[in-house]
Amino acid sequence: MSTQLLTYLFVGITFALYIGIAFWSKAKDTGDFYVAGKGVHPVANGMATAADWMSAASFISIAGIIAFSGRDGSVYLMGWTGGYVLLALLLAPYLRKFGKYTVPEFIGTRYYSDVARIVAVLCLIFISFTYIAGQMRGVGIVFSRFLEVDINLGVIIGMVIVFFYAVMGGMKGITYTQVAQYCVLIFAYLVPAIFISILVTGNPVPQLGFGDTVVGGSEYLLDKLDRITTELGFVPYTENTKSTLDVFCITAALMFGTAGLPHVIVRFFTVPKVRDARKSVGYALVFIALLFTTAPAVGAFARVNLTDSLQDTKYVEAPEWFKNWEQIGLVAWQDKNNDGAIQYSVGNAFEGVKINFSDEIGVHGERVVSNEQNLSNKNELYIDRDIMVLANPEIASLPGWVFALVAAGALAAALSTAAGLLLVISSSISHDLMKKTFRPNISEKQELLYARMAATAAVIIAGYFGINPPGFVAQVVALAFGLAASTIFPALLMGIFYKAANKEGVIAGMLAGLTITLSYIVYFKFYAPDLNNASHWFLGISPEGFGVIGMLANLLIIITATKYFPKPPSEVYKMIDEIRQP
Amino acid sequence: MNKYWQENLKIISILLTIWFIVSFGFGILLSDFLDQFKFGGFKLGFWFAQQGSIFFFVILIFIYVHLLNKLDDKYKKNKQ
Repeated sequence: MSTQLLTYLFVGITFALYIGIAFWSKAKDTGDFYVAGKGVHPVANGMATAADWMSAASFISIAGIIAFSGRDGSVYLMGWTGGYVLLALLLAPYLRKFGKYTVPEFIGTRYYSDVARIVAVLCLIFISFTYIAGQMRGVGIVFSRFLEVDINLGVIIGMVIVFFYAVMGGMKGITYTQVAQYCVLIFAYLVPAIFISILVTGNPVPQLGFGDTVVGGSEYLLDKLDRITTELGFVPYTENTKSTLDVFCITAALMFGTAGLPHVIVRFFTVPKVRDARKSVGYALVFIALLFTTAPAVGAFARVNLTDSLQDTKYVEAPEWFKNWEQIGLVAWQDKNNDGAIQYSVGNAFEGVKINFSDEIGVHGERVVSNEQNLSNKNELYIDRDIMVLANPEIASLPGWVFALVAAGALAAALSTAAGLLLVISSSISHDLMKKTFRPNISEKQELLYARMAATAAVIIAGYFGINPPGFVAQVVALAFGLAASTIFPALLMGIFYKAANKEGVIAGMLAGLTITLSYIVYFKFYAPDLNNASHWFLGISPEGFGVIGMLANLLIIITATKYFPKPPSEVYKMIDEIRQP
Repeated sequence: MNKYWQENLKIISILLTIWFIVSFGFGILLSDFLDQFKFGGFKLGFWFAQQGSIFFFVILIFIYVHLLNKLDDKYKKNKQ
């Protein structure tokens, strides 16, 4: 069977599975729609959280980022896992004890204020839409490369699938499809990783192969990487290039941001007991760690394979995968020294951020790039780092079914995260804005209808972003985490651990966190991107790490406000005592 | 119940200290120093930054689950 056919088959079977689950788990009331009736087993919820959390970016991009940035990529590995410790110890059990449906609902009740709730809803919607745009781009890439359908059609197919289980099944439908999606995505990630680990190091466990010697020699894989990166003029693979303070802040912003992401937090509202919430965070991190400890190994293998198979290879003899990706425009080569061979080294091969191709074909058969060549270095190669995971099975010459599996896995990762985000957006609109603020008299049936309408609208907006991807997708990921860290996380933390925290403090704190983080990121990413380097940054902290400063400002304001404004009413003290009990 | 909360806070602060040491400590602040030690093909600081800290995170959560379940049971018994 051809790879193309296999891919259609795998993707078709998984999609049929997701739709089947949607019919089986239709939501009957708002409790089902918002929190799956609070009847999800902690292990199942752990898997669903893992799928919810691991997005197209985790599946597709992380290994690639690490392959090209080496040690610097550590911030993502620690940052995107360490937040779960904070969730388990500081947030999840208490929010589950609170026992309601949404994150803004907790903030509104704890801080006895509709304004606080609405500010929280605004932060939530901003964070979630930022995130969805990235998922849709992932769906587009996978469809165009693997199924050779038009990107727009691919996005529409993805939207229809999500529509089915998110709008019909609500949280209940999403939970059980996410369990299935986790199984698909982790299998699809591990199978090629194991194959490649055996090929490169002879060790079937990628986590161990990472620290093992390369096949046919006594040199350790990481020593070989240090050697070849140094030879090509890069910083050695296992060494830092960023300042320690910046690494510290980025890691912290990602960790606190993770703990403040609403679509992750609400997953722990769906388990039956407080005890289950704690345990479920643990299972979630086990399932996540399975991918996140494999990713750096895959990154290292990919970098070795890439260099071995391309460096000084004649373009005409370059492997098939290289030309496939060149056709899509994610790989480009231009012969600077006229030897007909590919040389990869430090620096950007071309001027400009985006690579544009002219319609011409060069003397070796390569696509001609219309960007100016950057002649200050010898690098002739442009590679989009997002292709590393997708191209890995081809680079390692694995059989066609592995390739098909990776396509199904990447789609599972993108769709599961998109659905989780759609749900928190729709429930914050139907529950926090309609039911709790503007239309308190609607019946439960009407509220459920509003929830489905909001979910439908959110699917359509997300689809629009998928078809017309905003050019700033990659930049705004920093924004999502920075905002979650500087707005929602401090409000929740202080809400639980600091009884005196009052509504004035939390409203001003969230707004300050939002303003500080947003303006810093917008200034460096959009307004003055030329100045976006360490010498212009405040204390050398990059926009990715600035959420930490926003968070500190927020905490400081909440603490200071207790001195100047009245204490929370006694019901709030009682409520806090209540949630602190198991 | 106040005692339950005090004991819970103590457990949280100990575990978060370990959390900080294995990630921000060993993986970032001290990682260059730790790189002089090697096991297998890993430099120790690099290992904590890319793999070790994640294993510790998982273990820390399950230790918390275990300790808090014990604490819950202890105070439930006293209450009855």
